[in-house]
Amino acid sequence: MNCRSEVLEVSVEGRQVEEAMLAVLHTVLLHRSTGKFHYKKEGTYSIGTVGTQDVDCDFIDFTYVRVSSEELDRALRKVVGEFKDALRNSGGDGLGQMSLEFYQKKKSRWPFSDECIPWEVWTVKVHVVALATEQERQICREKVGEKLCEKIINIVEVMSRHEYLPKMPTQSEVDNVFDTGLRDVQPYLYKISFQITDALGTSVTTTMRRLIKDTLAL
Amino acid sequence: METDLNSQDRKDLDKFIKFFALKTVQVIVQARLGEKICTRSSSSPTGSDWFNLAIKDIPEVTHEAKKALAGQLPAVGRSMCVEISLKTSEGDSMELEIWCLEMNEKCDKEIKVSYTVYNRLSLLLKSLLAITRVTPAYRLSRKQGHEYVILYRIYFGEVQLNGLGEGFQTVRVGTVGTPVGTITLSCAYRINLAFMSTRQFERTPPIMGIIIDHFVDRPFPSSSPMHPCNYRTAGEDAGVTYPSVEDSQEVCTTSFSTSPPSQCVFTVTKAHFQTPTPVVTDTLRVPMAGLAFSHQPAVLGVGSADLAYPVVFATGLNATHPHQLMVPGKEGGVPPAPNQPVHGAQADQERLATCAPPDGAHCAATPSSSEDTETVSNSSEGRASPHDVLETIFVRKVGAFVNKPINQVTLTSLDIPFAMFAPKNLELEDADPMVNPPGSPETESPLQGSLHSDGSSGGSSGNTHDDFVMIDFKPAFSKDDILPMDLGTFYREFQNPPQLSSLSIDIGAQSMAEDLDSLPEKLAVHEKNVREFDAFVETLQ
Repeated sequence: MNCRSEVLEVSVEGRQVEEAMLAVLHTVLLHRSTGKFHYKKEGTYSIGTVGTQDVDCDFIDFTYVRVSSEELDRALRKVVGEFKDALRNSGGDGLGQMSLEFYQKKKSRWPFSDECIPWEVWTVKVHVVALATEQERQICREKVGEKLCEKIINIVEVMSRHEYLPKMPTQSEVDNVFDTGLRDVQPYLYKISFQITDALGTSVTTTMRRLIKDTLAL
Repeated sequence: METDLNSQDRKDLDKFIKFFALKTVQVIVQARLGEKICTRSSSSPTGSDWFNLAIKDIPEVTHEAKKALAGQLPAVGRSMCVEISLKTSEGDSMELEIWCLEMNEKCDKEIKVSYTVYNRLSLLLKSLLAITRVTPAYRLSRKQGHEYVILYRIYFGEVQLNGLGEGFQTVRVGTVGTPVGTITLSCAYRINLAFMSTRQFERTPPIMGIIIDHFVDRPFPSSSPMHPCNYRTAGEDAGVTYPSVEDSQEVCTTSFSTSPPSQCVFTVTKAHFQTPTPVVTDTLRVPMAGLAFSHQPAVLGVGSADLAYPVVFATGLNATHPHQLMVPGKEGGVPPAPNQPVHGAQADQERLATCAPPDGAHCAATPSSSEDTETVSNSSEGRASPHDVLETIFVRKVGAFVNKPINQVTLTSLDIPFAMFAPKNLELEDADPMVNPPGSPETESPLQGSLHSDGSSGGSSGNTHDDFVMIDFKPAFSKDDILPMDLGTFYREFQNPPQLSSLSIDIGAQSMAEDLDSLPEKLAVHEKNVREFDAFVETLQ
């Protein structure tokens, strides 16, 4: 199948990077998470409940909704923090991007390892601007808030197309489709990576790829 | 159109659509309540969470939604709409958003109802959760409060977008195809937020006009009953006699916000305060040395009846805060405001003097009653005269003059001077009129008599709320959206700790004298063990 790819771009001030990225990633994961599956006999299953919570941003006039899962939040914050540090240390133009990729595992025979087949990739390109005055920062707060509102609307619009989603798996297959490692929710298998780029989009420093989720490591 | 759908699927689909509509309304209304929403995930299915989402059901909202739907479901030409509008404190109102749940004729016959439709409806609700935080009305609703409130209205039928002003924008939340039609959820929101007050009232009334003023009470703590009317009436009736009532209203307000709350309110005869200062000073000197302040335990919150605190009177008076309206000592409470140290000292003097065998030093007639009462008198700081202090609210404490709940006592039966001048409206449950009896303070004997005849002091705490004038106060910077109650409510709820039993007057005047007598012995013992204490202190360091 083809992998669906969506690209979003944001221009933010340095201290807004984390919150902007978290807002986008959490919104996507909200739509791509279900409750925990509980398989019963005869192939039926029941689904747990997903709670949600509002998160106010400190540096942006914006509130986003995320899944109520501390584990998921921690994992995202960790990688977003690394991205932010990389951006800061790169000393470049302040350009970078994060990718959130949803994939399915396909078992291969030995000696080949499992294949990871992405079915949806969200790329968020970030441009960090430096502002001089407090007034500019205040305007930036509002502007970035409005921009993020537009991004959320874009995300929701993509979600509502109801395009390809992996089939609901049987019990034996569930770990090939979903990340079952979390206690309270079950997102589709995903990985997050980031890159610091220059204006041309090529990576300046050593490409840093971090996999933050690898379920069922062989 | 429906032939392909078996009856079970049809039933399921109708149920899904109905509950989807109800949950949609809940999400929208909850997003406009002005506070952050937080629900918990649960890995075990509870069976009651529709669409596998934890969305609370506010009963009133469900009720309104059901009423609007009246057993019907959204269908072609019949949409369910939630209108969000803003209403200012002056009464102007403006529509901000219309959320529409519509159905059109485009069917998807192949889709599986119990599985795909259900999951897609769940996804649509998640999208709705995200989108409701993104429209301009969200930020407005988070700031609602005194100046304006956000209202909602549910109606069923044709969508009316006229009230949104020119150039309104639409955002589509999502669609879900079903075998009977395609469900669409969208929002039309106002762009032009300038008020056009004259035009507001030309709106045609809604089909099913239900304006739910759901949010009006929210910003304000509802726990404290306000009794200002009663209070003021009492004062006003008395006219000139009680000019201070209004002042004490202010007192209430200010004092609550700055001082520990008083426990109850009591009427004090003004005469008690007309004590000449010199008298006080004289009496101050007499029993000073070695005697503890009766009110010290109150101030320090210590329950010991032994009163082992040497007190510096003259300066100590100032140190005793009127703000610390604590459990009174056996005989009394905190003296009034620091700028009335005289009274306080005097009062305590009185008490001490009378407890210990009076040396006759307590020529100071009076103000004892004020001592029994703890004055919420930080307000009095602004006052010029001692009289004003009287007019503040006093806490009725274990008092020399109070041995019963005030509303059970007819004042004439109390041994207070000029009882007959005491206000009759003490019977008012929540009134606390300030009394301004004329007359001079020459009340030693009645005072003494009543002092010793005092029975329980515990009674005062039993009636703390009867005479307590509750004024709604809003402490600054106290909004906390984690706790359901705000600082003011918390403050009021926990401001009346029960009295320490050891401080109740039952222990009595007599035992106080004994305690005082035993004091020197105790001090001697402690002095002997001073080394031990020092060693202990060293171990702590």
